[in-house]
Amino acid sequence: MSNKYSDIIGQMGGTAFDLPASLRRIGAMILRYWYLLRSSWPRILELIYWPFLQMLMWGFLQTHLASTSDYYAQAAGLMIGAVLLWDIVVRTQLGFALSFLEEMWSRNLGHLLMSPLRPNELIAALMVVSMLRLAIGFVPVAFFAYTFFDFNIFTLGPAFIAFFANLVITSWGLALATTGVVLRYGLGAEGFVWFMVFILLPICCVYYPVSTLPDWMQYIALSLPPTYVFEGLRAILLKGVVDLEMMFKAFALNVVVFAIGYYVFRRLLKSARVNGSLMQMGE
Amino acid sequence: MQERTLVTAENSRTPVHIDRLYKSFGQLNAVDGVSFTMEPGSVTALLGGNGAGKTTTIAMILGLIVPTSGSVKVFGTDMAQNRHKVLGRINFESPYVDMPMRLTVRQNLDVFGRLYGLRDIKERIAELAEEFRLNDILDRGVGKLSSGQKTRISLAKALLNHPELLLLDEPTASLDPDTADWVRERLEAYRKSSNAAVLLASHNMLEVERLADRVILLDRGRIYADGSPDALIKEYGKTDLEAVFLEIVRGRDAARKGNQEDSGIV
Repeated sequence: MSNKYSDIIGQMGGTAFDLPASLRRIGAMILRYWYLLRSSWPRILELIYWPFLQMLMWGFLQTHLASTSDYYAQAAGLMIGAVLLWDIVVRTQLGFALSFLEEMWSRNLGHLLMSPLRPNELIAALMVVSMLRLAIGFVPVAFFAYTFFDFNIFTLGPAFIAFFANLVITSWGLALATTGVVLRYGLGAEGFVWFMVFILLPICCVYYPVSTLPDWMQYIALSLPPTYVFEGLRAILLKGVVDLEMMFKAFALNVVVFAIGYYVFRRLLKSARVNGSLMQMGE
Repeated sequence: MQERTLVTAENSRTPVHIDRLYKSFGQLNAVDGVSFTMEPGSVTALLGGNGAGKTTTIAMILGLIVPTSGSVKVFGTDMAQNRHKVLGRINFESPYVDMPMRLTVRQNLDVFGRLYGLRDIKERIAELAEEFRLNDILDRGVGKLSSGQKTRISLAKALLNHPELLLLDEPTASLDPDTADWVRERLEAYRKSSNAAVLLASHNMLEVERLADRVILLDRGRIYADGSPDALIKEYGKTDLEAVFLEIVRGRDAARKGNQEDSGIV
C-alpha cells in the first residue's frame, strides 16, 4: 500500500492490543456523545428537569413527614438523601443505555461496528458518558437540596464515595444487560432500557428499612447491592454509624452484578452476529 | 475438522478470500456455498434480486454476521474470529446506514477519523471536503442535508482511512443521474489511485458495466454466473448486462416453477 496512512493502519491491524489506539477510539466516542449533548439544549434541560422535579416533590414530602412522623423527625434528609442516591442509579443506567440507543435511533450502529471500535471500547465510552450525563443532572440538584431543604449529601464524606461507587457499578451492570437485549432483539425491546431499573425501587428499600419487607423478600433485597447503600444511608442519618461491612458486601455483590451484565452483553452481541440482527436494527 | 489457513505474506495481500460460505437463518439458506477471491485493484459486483444474499455476504465479509460454515478471510484474517485486526484497512458505504443526524458533517468525519486512527484528521477532512464538494456544508447538521449530499458525506467517510478494501452497498441508490455519474467518477478515480479492491452490490446494471471488471450473479444465495461484464454479455448473446440478468433470473424462476408443477406443488 502506497499511501501515507498505511503505516499506522497497518500497526492497528498488526497488534493484538494497542492501548494508545484503544484510548483514542474511546476518546472519539466520548467526543461523539459530547457533540450530541451540546447540539441540543432540550436534552441537557431534560437531564436536570426530572431529578429537580423529584427533589422538589420528595423534599416537600420529607418536610411534611418530619412534622407528623417520629421516624422522619429523627433525621433530616432521610428521604432527600434517598432520592439523591436513587437518582444516581436511574441516571447512570439511563445515561449509559440511552447513549447506546442514540446509535440505533440514528442508524449509526452499523458504521461503528464496521469501524475498528471494539465492543469493550464502546462500553468504556458509554460508562464515561453516563458519568457526564449524571453530573449534569446530579450536581445542580444536590446543590438545590442543600439550599432549599438544608441537606448536603456531600457531608456524608467518604461514605458518599462508597455509596456512589456501589450504585454506579450496579447501574452499569444493569445497563449492560438491557443494552445487550436491545442489541439482540432490536428497538422492539427498547422498553427494557426504560423500566428494568425501576424493579429495584421497591426491592432495594430506597425509602424504607429492609425489615419492612416480608421475610422472603428480604432475602432478595439483601442479594442486591443497592439495598446495602440505602441501609447504610439510614444507619448514618439515624444512628451516626458508618457500616463498612455493608459497603464491602455491596461491593462484593457488585462484582457479581457487573460480571453478569457484561457477560449478558457479550453473549447477546455474539448471538446478534449469529442471527444477523446487527443488520436489522429496526423493530 | 475445519481446515486452518496460515496468514502468509501472500494471502495477507489478498483483499477477500471466501471459501464455501454458507449462512442459514432457520430454514432459509441466505448464502449457499459461495466461493470467490478478490485481487487488489479489482472491482467486483455482486448482482442479484432482493433476497439473493448480497447484503448477507457483505455482512459476513465485514464480520457482522458469523457464517454457518465456510470461511471469509480479509487480508488473510478470519473475519468471524479476528475482524478487528483488519477493520482499519476496510471501509463501507451504504445509503441504508446513516450518520448521526444531529452532528455536523465535520464532527461526524472528525469522530470517524479518530476511530480509524488518522494522524492528521483536519488535513484529511479538508482533502475530502475539496474532493467531494463538501466545503459549503461542513458545519451543517447531517439531518438537514439532501439525500445526494448525505451520499457524498457517506462516501467521504468511506474513504477517510484510504481503505484497501471498499465495500459499497448500492452506492448511488436514490441519487439523480448527474450526481450518480459524478459519484461513479470519484469511485473510479479512487480505485485507480489507491489500487484498492472494491466490492459493489448494486441493482444498477449500467453502473456495474461501467465500474466492475467482474460480475458475480447471486440467486437464492448461490452463484449462477461469474465473469467480466463483456464475457457474460457475449456468453448469453445479449446486448447489455440487464438483459443477461433478466435472462438468468427469469430463466431460473421459470425452471423453478416448472419443477414445482412437475412435482405437484403450485
